[in-house]
Amino acid sequence: MLTYTLRRLLTSIPTLLFIALTIFLLLELAPGDPMAQVPLTVPPEVKEKMRLALGLGEPAYIRFWKWLVQFFWVEPLNFIDWLFNTSFAAEKQRVISWQTRSPVMDIVVQRMPQTLWVVGMSYIVGILIAIPIGIYSAYRQYSVFDQVGTFVTMVGFSIPPFFSGVLVIVVFSIFLGWFPSIYDTTHQVTDWDSFVVQLKQMIMPVMVLALQTTAQISRFMRASMLDNLNQDYVRTVRAKGLSETVVVLSHVLRNSLIPVVTVIALGVPAIFGGAIITEQVFKVNGIGQLLITAIQANDLPMVQTLTFIFAILIVFFNLVADLLYGILDPRIRYD
Amino acid sequence: MTDKAPSSLADTESALDHKPRSQRWDVWDQFKSHKGALFGGGFFIFITIGVLLGPWIWTIEATFIDIRSRNQGMTLAHPFGTDQLGRDMLARMIAGGRVSLAVGFAAMLLALLLGTLIGVLAGFYQRLDSILMRLTDLFLSLPLLPLLLVMVMLFRQPLSNAFGPETGIFILIVTAIGLTSWMPTARIVRGDVLALKEREFILAARSIGTSNNALIRRHIIPNVMSPIMVSATLGIANAIITESALSFLGLGFPPDFPTWGRILFDATDYMQQYPSRVLWPGLAISLTVLGVNYLGDGLRDALDPRIRGR
Amino acid sequence: MKLASLVCVAIGLCATSHAFAQEERGRDGQVNIIYWQAPSILNPYLSGGTKDTQAASLILEPLARYNENGELTPWLAESIPTVENGGVAEDLTSITWVIKEGLLWSDGTPVTSEDAVFTAQYCMNPEGGCAQLKNFGGVSTVEAVDERTVKINFEAATPFPYGPLVGLQSPLIQKAQFQECLGPKAPECTTENFGPIGTGPFVVEEFRPNDVITLVANDNFREDGKPAFAKVNFKGGGDAAAAGRAVMETGEFDYAWNLQLAPDVIANMEKGGKGTSIAAFGTLVERIMLNQTNPDPSLSADERSVIGPHPSLSDPAVYQALSLAIDRPLLVEIGYGQAGKVTCNLVPAPEAYASTSFTCDKQDMDAANKLLDDAGWAMGADGVRVKDGVRLSYLYQSSTNAVRQDFQALIKQWWSEIGVESELRNISGSVFFGGDPGSPDTFQKFYADVEMYANEFDGTDPQSYLGQYTCDKAPRPDTQWQGENISRFCSDDFDTLYKQLERTAEASERHQISKELNDMIVSNGALIPLVHRGRVSGKSNTLGGVILSTWDSELWNAADWYRIK
Repeated sequence: MLTYTLRRLLTSIPTLLFIALTIFLLLELAPGDPMAQVPLTVPPEVKEKMRLALGLGEPAYIRFWKWLVQFFWVEPLNFIDWLFNTSFAAEKQRVISWQTRSPVMDIVVQRMPQTLWVVGMSYIVGILIAIPIGIYSAYRQYSVFDQVGTFVTMVGFSIPPFFSGVLVIVVFSIFLGWFPSIYDTTHQVTDWDSFVVQLKQMIMPVMVLALQTTAQISRFMRASMLDNLNQDYVRTVRAKGLSETVVVLSHVLRNSLIPVVTVIALGVPAIFGGAIITEQVFKVNGIGQLLITAIQANDLPMVQTLTFIFAILIVFFNLVADLLYGILDPRIRYD
Repeated sequence: MTDKAPSSLADTESALDHKPRSQRWDVWDQFKSHKGALFGGGFFIFITIGVLLGPWIWTIEATFIDIRSRNQGMTLAHPFGTDQLGRDMLARMIAGGRVSLAVGFAAMLLALLLGTLIGVLAGFYQRLDSILMRLTDLFLSLPLLPLLLVMVMLFRQPLSNAFGPETGIFILIVTAIGLTSWMPTARIVRGDVLALKEREFILAARSIGTSNNALIRRHIIPNVMSPIMVSATLGIANAIITESALSFLGLGFPPDFPTWGRILFDATDYMQQYPSRVLWPGLAISLTVLGVNYLGDGLRDALDPRIRGR
Repeated sequence: MKLASLVCVAIGLCATSHAFAQEERGRDGQVNIIYWQAPSILNPYLSGGTKDTQAASLILEPLARYNENGELTPWLAESIPTVENGGVAEDLTSITWVIKEGLLWSDGTPVTSEDAVFTAQYCMNPEGGCAQLKNFGGVSTVEAVDERTVKINFEAATPFPYGPLVGLQSPLIQKAQFQECLGPKAPECTTENFGPIGTGPFVVEEFRPNDVITLVANDNFREDGKPAFAKVNFKGGGDAAAAGRAVMETGEFDYAWNLQLAPDVIANMEKGGKGTSIAAFGTLVERIMLNQTNPDPSLSADERSVIGPHPSLSDPAVYQALSLAIDRPLLVEIGYGQAGKVTCNLVPAPEAYASTSFTCDKQDMDAANKLLDDAGWAMGADGVRVKDGVRLSYLYQSSTNAVRQDFQALIKQWWSEIGVESELRNISGSVFFGGDPGSPDTFQKFYADVEMYANEFDGTDPQSYLGQYTCDKAPRPDTQWQGENISRFCSDDFDTLYKQLERTAEASERHQISKELNDMIVSNGALIPLVHRGRVSGKSNTLGGVILSTWDSELWNAADWYRIK
C-alpha cells in the first residue's frame, strides 16, 4: 500500500505537468481576447498597446515557462514569506491577473471563506441527507418512503439551479421576506446575532446546492445497496443470527460504499471549484464566480491558475479514493 | 368447477412447452412485474411519440411569431399559452422536446459508452489502469467552457459544411457533452470492477478457461449494470441541462431553435408574471428524467440474474 | 455651489436639499449600490470597463465632466476654458485649466497642477498600456504653469480640446501615490490600483476585486455637509434581473445599474413597491451592420471579408427593402420600453448633431416588396427571391443576449415576408467583441452577411465616431483584423467630407457636416439603425438626489445623494 501510494504520488508529478501544458495550450487556442470587455469606444491601437502591456506580445512558450516559474517557485516562496515573515519572494513577479492586475493567489485566498462556507456546507448537508435516504430506500425497496424519496430527488436533480435558485428567491425573499436574496461576503460572525444573520444568508444557496448533491449520491447509494442486499454473504450473516442493524449498517453498507466513495471523492474538488450558477444567482462571489468572470474576461493567468489548482485537487482526491477502495475492500490489491 | 382440471393441465402443458424459454422472455417478464418501470417506460414512449408525431397534429410552427397574441395564458388557440414574442408554447415544447431528447440520449449514450469502456478496461487490465486513469484525471481537470469554445471554433464550420448547419451543431454538441461527462462513470465502473475482479465467481470462470473477452461480457458488465444505469439516468438530465447552459452562452443551437432547457431559461425572468411558462419545460424535463429513472430501475432488475430468479 | 444650484433646478428638490446641506456629513448612514458586473480594479487608466470606471468615479474626479444634459460642467476646475474666455488658444493648439482653490486629496494634502501633469504622464507612458490613451490623443506636452494652472499643448489645431482630464475616463490621480507606478510598473501597484486616493465624496475602505467595495465618506471633501452617506456598500455580480429584484422588490439595495431587461419584467418588478426604474438617453444605437464585402465561406479566409462588393447587399433596393420591412416601434416596445426610441441615424444625439433627413417609424411590406420586384429580384419557388443566380439568403449574427435573440427572431420573420431568408447565429460576447484574430466569430472579421450590436461615442462630439467609416479603417488581415469600419463602407466623397470636418472649428458648421456624414453612411447602406437605446437603472424610493446621466458616470453626483425620510 505504501509503495503504491508513493508510486502514485511520483507519477502524479509528470501527470500534473502534462495537464498544465494541456490547459495552457487549450486556453491559447481558444478564441477570445482580454480586450473583449473594453468598450467599443476604445480605439484598436489603444487596445493593442494594452495587450502588449499584459505581456501578450511574447511567444507562447515563454509565457508558459514564466507561469510555471511563478506558480511553482514564486508563489510557494510568497507563502513561506507570509508564514515566517521572511522576504524570499521580494521583487519577484507573482502570477498576476489581467483583470485586476493583482496577484491571483491573493484573490483565491479572499474567496475561500465564502466558497467553503456555502459550497462545502451544502456538500456535507447533502451527503448527510443522502446516505440515510439511500440506505433506507434500498432496504425498503418500493415502499412509500422509497417512492417519495426517488421522486423528490429526481425532480431535484432535473431542475437546473438557474431555475430553482430564482424560485426560492421569489418565494422566500420576495413573498415571505425571510431571507436576503444577496449574500454579503463582508459579513463577520462575531456573536450569536451575527451568526443568525450568516445562517439566514446561507440557507437558500446551501439548500439549492444540497438538493443536487443529495439527488446524485442517494441514487448511487441506493443502487449499490440493492446490489449487495441480494448477495449470498448477506444471507450467511443473517443466518448467523446477527441483528438487522448490524447486517445492514456494518456489512452491506461497507460493501456498498465503493461507488459512493468514488462519487464523493470526485465531488470534493468541485467544492473548491465552487458552484458557478448558484453562486451567480445568490451573488455569493466565491471561486466559481471568480472562474466564470475570468473566463468571460479571458483573464488567462487567472483561468490557468484556478483550473490547475482544481487539477491538483482532482488528482489528489482520486488517489484518496483509490486508497479508500483498498481499505473498504481488502481484496482489492494494487501491486 | 369443471374447468379446473383441464385448465391446470393446460397450465402444465404450456409450462412444458415453454421450458426452453429464451433469456429475452425472462427479462421481459421480470420487467413487466415492475410497475414503476412500466409506467416510466410508458411515459417515455408517450413523450417520444408526442414530440415525433406532434408537428403533424399540432401544425403551428414553433418559430412562427404572432406578435399580437404575445404573453397569452392557456387558451383554446394556444393550449400552453404563448411566449413574449407570441410564439405558441405547445409547438415550441414539441420542437424543443425533439432536440432535448435527442441531445440527452445521444450524449448520455456516448458518455456511457466511453465511461464504461474506459472504466472496465482500467479496472480489468492492470497495465492500462495507470494510463487510463491519468487520462481521466486530465479530462476531469480541463475547464469545460474554453474546451467547448475551442471545439466550436475548430469544428463548427467543417461540420456544418458536411452535414448542414443544424445536424452539424447537433453532432458538435452531443460530442462536446459526451466527451466532457464520461469521467465519473469511468471512475465508478473501474472502482466496481476492481472489487469484482477479486470475487470467487470471476476466479471460477477464469479457472474453467473463460477468455478475457467473455469474462468481461458475461460476468463483469452485468455486475456493474446498476451504477451504469444510475449514471445513465443522471446523464440524461445532465445533458439536457448542459445543453441549455450552452445555448445560453451562445455555444449551442441557433437562437431561434427551441430546446427545453432554453425555454426554461428564457422563461425564468418571467416566472412571477407568467408562471405557466416555466411550468411546462420544468415538468417536461423532470418527468422525462423520472421516467428514464424508473425505466433504468426496471431494466437493472430485469437484467440482474439474481433478482430475476425470485 | 454652481453645481448644487443646477442640481436643484433639475430635480426641483431645492428646499429639501438645501435644508439638508447645512447638516453634517455622513448623517444618512449607509447606501447600498449593486452593479451586476463586478468591478475588478479602481484605476480607470488600467481598465476600460464601464463597471470599473464608474466605480472609480466615486473616488476619482476629473477637471470637468458632463451633466445629465451632456453639457460640460466645471468639476475640479474653476471654469470651462473656451476661446472666448481665453482658456483655449486662438489657434486651438492649447488649453489652460485652473484648479479650484483649496482643493484637498482625501489624505489631506493639496491638489496641485503637478498632479494633473503627472496624470497625463502616467497615461501617456508608452509601456503602461493605458486604456484611456484616446483621451490624450494629439497631446504633445502638459505643463504646470503655477500651483493651480495646467496648460495642455496639442500637436496640431484641435477643435475639440476637452479630451484630456475631462469626463468619466480621465480623472486626476495623485502624484504622491502613483509616482512609483509609471509604465511597466503600473500593474504591480496593487494597493494603489485597489485604493486610489482621490478628491471624490468617498474613500475606499476595503476593495475585494470582482466582489464588493466598502467606501466611507471623504472627510476632506470640498463641500460641507456632503456626502450625506457615511458608508457605501458597492456590491458586484449576479445578473440584471437579480439586481432589479434586490432594489425594486426586496428593497435590500438602493441603486441598481443598467437593468437590461424586457420592459414588462421591469414593470412587474416595480409593482414590488420598493423602488422605481429611471431612464436616460445617450448616443447608444442598436443597429444591423450590412457587410459590404463578400463573406462567401468558399472564398479563402483572408479574402472573405476583404473582397467587395457583396453580391446582393450592395444593391440599394435590397438594403432599403430590408430596412422598410422592420417595425421599429414594435422592437422598441418589446425590447426596451421606456429606454428605447426609434432611430434612423447613426448619430442620434446630441440634438445639434442629429440628422432629421430620414423617417423610418413605419413598417411597409408592400413598398419593400415593390422595391425588390422593380429591381428584378424575383420570388423563387421556395419563397426566397433570386436574381442572376444570387439568392437573398443571409447569415445574421449577433452576440448572446435575450433581447438581441428576440430581435433576431422577429426580424427573421419580417424579412421572410419579403422573400429574404436568414440563418441566425448567436455568439458569446467574450468571443464576438474580443479581437482575437484567430477566431472566425469576431464582429470585426464579420464572416456573416449582417450582424447586430450596439455602439456609441464618449462625450458629445461625434467626430472620431464618424471617422470610423473612412476606407482606411476597415479591418484587414494585415492589420490583424483590427479596425473600426466594421461594414467596410468605403466612399471617396465621405472621406473628403470627413477631412473637412477635422479642420472645422465653428460649431454650427460642424453640426452641418456631421449630419451630412451621418446621412451618407445610412443612405449608402453601411448599416440599418434600429433603436436609440437609453440606460435604465433602478433606484429605491428612499434614495433622493439621483440624476441619471449617460454622458458621464451614473454615480457622477453621488455626493448629492441622500436618504428620503
